[in-house]
Amino acid sequence: MPNSKKTTKTTKAAAKETKAQQTDTALKELESKSKRKNVLMQGNEAVSYGALDAGCNFFAGYPITPSTEIAEILAAELPKRGGVFIQMEDEIASICAITGASLAGAKALTATSGPGFSLMQEGIGFAKITETPCVVVNVQRVGPSTGMPTSPAQGDIMQARWGSHGDAPAIVLYPDSVKECYELTIRAINLSEKYRTCVILLLDEVLGHMRESVRLPDMENVRVINRIKPTVPPHWYKHYDENQKYLSPLASYGEGYRFHVTGLTHDALGFPTNKATEGAEMMERLRKKISYNIRDLVQIESHQLEDAKIALFAAGISARSAKAAVAIARSEGVKVGLLRPLTIWPFPDEAVRKMLQHVETVIVPELNQGQLIHEIKRLTKDKSDSNVIGLQRVNGKMITPNDILRKIKEVM
Amino acid sequence: MANIPQRVVHEYLRHDKKFPHVWCAGCSNGTVLGAIIRGIASLELDRNDIVMVSGIGCSSRMPVYVDFNTLHTLHGRAIAYATGIKLYKPNLKVIVITGDGDCTAIGGNHLIHAARRNIDLSVILINNNIYGMTGGQCSPTTPHEALATTMPYGNIEPDFDICQLAMGAGASHVARTTAFHTQEVQKMVVDSLTHPGFSLIEVMSICPVIFGRLNKKGGPAQMMKDLRDNSIPLTAVDKLPPEKVEGKIIRGTLRKEIQPEYCDVYADLVARVQNMGEDK
Repeated sequence: MPNSKKTTKTTKAAAKETKAQQTDTALKELESKSKRKNVLMQGNEAVSYGALDAGCNFFAGYPITPSTEIAEILAAELPKRGGVFIQMEDEIASICAITGASLAGAKALTATSGPGFSLMQEGIGFAKITETPCVVVNVQRVGPSTGMPTSPAQGDIMQARWGSHGDAPAIVLYPDSVKECYELTIRAINLSEKYRTCVILLLDEVLGHMRESVRLPDMENVRVINRIKPTVPPHWYKHYDENQKYLSPLASYGEGYRFHVTGLTHDALGFPTNKATEGAEMMERLRKKISYNIRDLVQIESHQLEDAKIALFAAGISARSAKAAVAIARSEGVKVGLLRPLTIWPFPDEAVRKMLQHVETVIVPELNQGQLIHEIKRLTKDKSDSNVIGLQRVNGKMITPNDILRKIKEVM
Repeated sequence: MANIPQRVVHEYLRHDKKFPHVWCAGCSNGTVLGAIIRGIASLELDRNDIVMVSGIGCSSRMPVYVDFNTLHTLHGRAIAYATGIKLYKPNLKVIVITGDGDCTAIGGNHLIHAARRNIDLSVILINNNIYGMTGGQCSPTTPHEALATTMPYGNIEPDFDICQLAMGAGASHVARTTAFHTQEVQKMVVDSLTHPGFSLIEVMSICPVIFGRLNKKGGPAQMMKDLRDNSIPLTAVDKLPPEKVEGKIIRGTLRKEIQPEYCDVYADLVARVQNMGEDK
């Protein structure tokens, strides 16, 4: 990833920075060296080109606002590169087709929004239990049901974690800029390949449709991860073999390995089992491959938190308003900082605990009726959670920097 | 048709799979599986190139027992998974094993669209007229007035003619036979695997333990005899008076025509788009 290292602004001058200047410095270096030109690009476009640069060669999807541009761009671009684009009959078929293609060796992705994301949940669970790499991009809109198709909401945060029935950990990434849409799409595909699971990329409607000037890095600076292939002869191959860190090699259909894949609870070979020990082993592997790799999976941006008395915790588009609010509050001498998760699941427990040790109040701006706030409250269980304040909105409008400033002044 | 010895079936079964299988005594799924394997064996296909995909239900348990690339998916979705596999690796022979409920109720949408696209899948639909695995609920092919646990007063709904459905949706190869006629099943599997396009083989089967008991069909042997006696070959239909055709299972190849195959069409598109780039 070109800018996996987030730097923290510490100087007082940072308070006066505009949003545009807050771009990551490491990234700027890569950008300045890039032979690619600056382009005005939409979040959905950035996702599409991120997917292509990460090696995505299979897309199956179904039209749905506000994600449709991703399908449209890949419909034009994938055939040029010998990849596959197919518009399926619904979102259920889309998640199934990308999972099937992945088992045949493809790097596969689909894109959707709320109603389609709901339809995909069973298939997401299948990809997780069968440990099949794939990526689902969910450009969130207001729900429930058809809701407001062209307005932003952050109501799918918990669905992205718990949407499919049964216990299964989730890897969910959440960008806050067009540039980051590109980067986190690459990262989502990389993580899906590395951890053999369905990775979800959550976008906000406004981010999907917003245009920003970005300069993509040269291809040689894009780090692409491919799944580990088995080196053993077929008769030794275990489809769910464990090596260190619970990451196992993955053969593809048609390579001579003739393995079995089932959504039933299975043993290490992939055959269905009702044995308690084998079932427990499978569930533990699914859990541990995430929980033992938290450091690799969790990315956060810590912004002016060192001396902060009030912390904002926000993701995606709400974090952009929060960052602007921090700049304004700081210019007025109020010690406010921001913690922004780029990886929303697994939840950045460690960073939040660290933040909670230093700040007096946490404000959680989010475009829902309270989802992220419960995770913060979960981590404050030793003390009263009255210092965790929600700022919630579900009317299809964004939370503005002024809204956050007012909240900051309320709690001061 | 190549004469395939009975024991060849064992060469295609998985030896690391813990048998016994899940099917009830008297179930015809094993009979159909034997015929499918003999069909595949007679074509001498490389088993590394065969992918067997299934959904959920009794017949959909079939892939786990056979030594191919196998995928046991979600209820109704086998064709959608198979579409992904076939489109990404068109050189693979993709066989879908499904049932009446799996393919025409919950999975009906995928069936009609795969048929419309004419993607080269061999769908072998084993129709036992009931949801067997969940204990006897009515399916889209449960006969009108037959008993099912969710139709305790008799099925009030009309039933699907699956072959007509597939043909209506544009399937380029459609055939029907019964689990009694294993030689026909074998031959139709060969036809299906050699047909370049979407192919659906409906195999009328028996479910003596669930459907048979509910509807007093008289046990496995009687139900097999009924398949024999209540079916007529397509070639005989024109020669028989209408009253002898009424209500009978028509066995035979109902459609076999060559239409542009989806993976080929997509490959042509790729070539065309890439040439457009070169022209510039």
